[in-house]
Amino acid sequence: MIIAERKPFAEIKDAVAPYEKVLVVGCGTCVAVCLAGGEKEVGLLASQLKLARGQNGKASQIGEITVERQCDLEFIRPLSETVAAYDAVISTACGAGVQFLAALPEMKPVFPALNTTFIGVNEEAGFYTERCRACHQCYLGLTGGICPRTMCPKGLLNGPCGGNIRGKCEVNPDRACAWCEIYAKLEGEGRLGLIEAILPLHAHGRSTTPGTVIHPAYKRRYGAHE
Amino acid sequence: MEFSPKILALICTYCTYTAADMAGSARMQYPANVRIVKYLCTGRIDILHIMKGFEAGADGIMVSGCEAGSCHFLEGNLRARERVEYAQHLLEECGLGAERLVMYEVAASDAPKWVIAVKEMTERVKALGPNPLNSGWVPEVVVPKELELAVQR
Repeated sequence: MIIAERKPFAEIKDAVAPYEKVLVVGCGTCVAVCLAGGEKEVGLLASQLKLARGQNGKASQIGEITVERQCDLEFIRPLSETVAAYDAVISTACGAGVQFLAALPEMKPVFPALNTTFIGVNEEAGFYTERCRACHQCYLGLTGGICPRTMCPKGLLNGPCGGNIRGKCEVNPDRACAWCEIYAKLEGEGRLGLIEAILPLHAHGRSTTPGTVIHPAYKRRYGAHE
Repeated sequence: MEFSPKILALICTYCTYTAADMAGSARMQYPANVRIVKYLCTGRIDILHIMKGFEAGADGIMVSGCEAGSCHFLEGNLRARERVEYAQHLLEECGLGAERLVMYEVAASDAPKWVIAVKEMTERVKALGPNPLNSGWVPEVVVPKELELAVQR
């Protein structure tokens, strides 16, 4: 899932300072799981805004609403009507959700409340680590389920590099070298032969422009069929 | 008129509430500024409860549970402490200040400690002054109609 962190409160407060009526829109999927932008966090942010603005004696109206997902038109379309009563919107979704929300017709200015950090996993409550760079080409089948693009700071597809020190990464000696881990994993699975295969150059070009995916079953609908 | 703070006490039924009850039975004197909200365990206290308390005009909030290691639900009080620390961070961020929120641990048999805690909290909040949200706000006692009717029945 997508992991995000909440921005410092001062940054959010300053962004919406010119607006009297502000709606805080939460997202109930990824960012709710990583405790950054779900219904609870919307409540906390709204409460903080009320407390901060109340101290200046400034009249303000802070609304709260949380939708299932902000990256899905089905859920955010009804917000076009909700925002009519507000001057600005704070979105606690990932970057994708904020952009989708901002693109709605009749939408008021939208401000992000989170910094989207990475695609990761929930190691334990409140503890998340990165696992995927969404690089368009997955090598996990060849690398024992350990991503060399993500876990190796150099993103090497044919490692390890000469810098690893007794299985530790030279960039961060506290971390294991991804390629040493890949070696151990493949060895344990009895398919060490794979390490000798040279992986071709990664298609970096696909990551430099906004991607589009059209499911084969929907190609006719979007006029993309051959 | 001297400022008389409104302090919300979010406390657990097993330890602190028992201590507060005992303090009352023993006729121990302490400031009448606290309004107690009894929880089954401090582990149930949500950060939102604390924030809403300040929004509603509390001048200070004290959370009080069992002593570390003696929670009836094993670690409810430890979780409460983590939440209180996070809530303090949120209060600091929004300018209200972390000092208005304090976590205490009062054992069931420790009525004197409850008295000390309330006195300390009252002094602390008096020094801090009123919650800036209700400057100029005069509390009025309003008995909701439904409640009045329920009492008459």
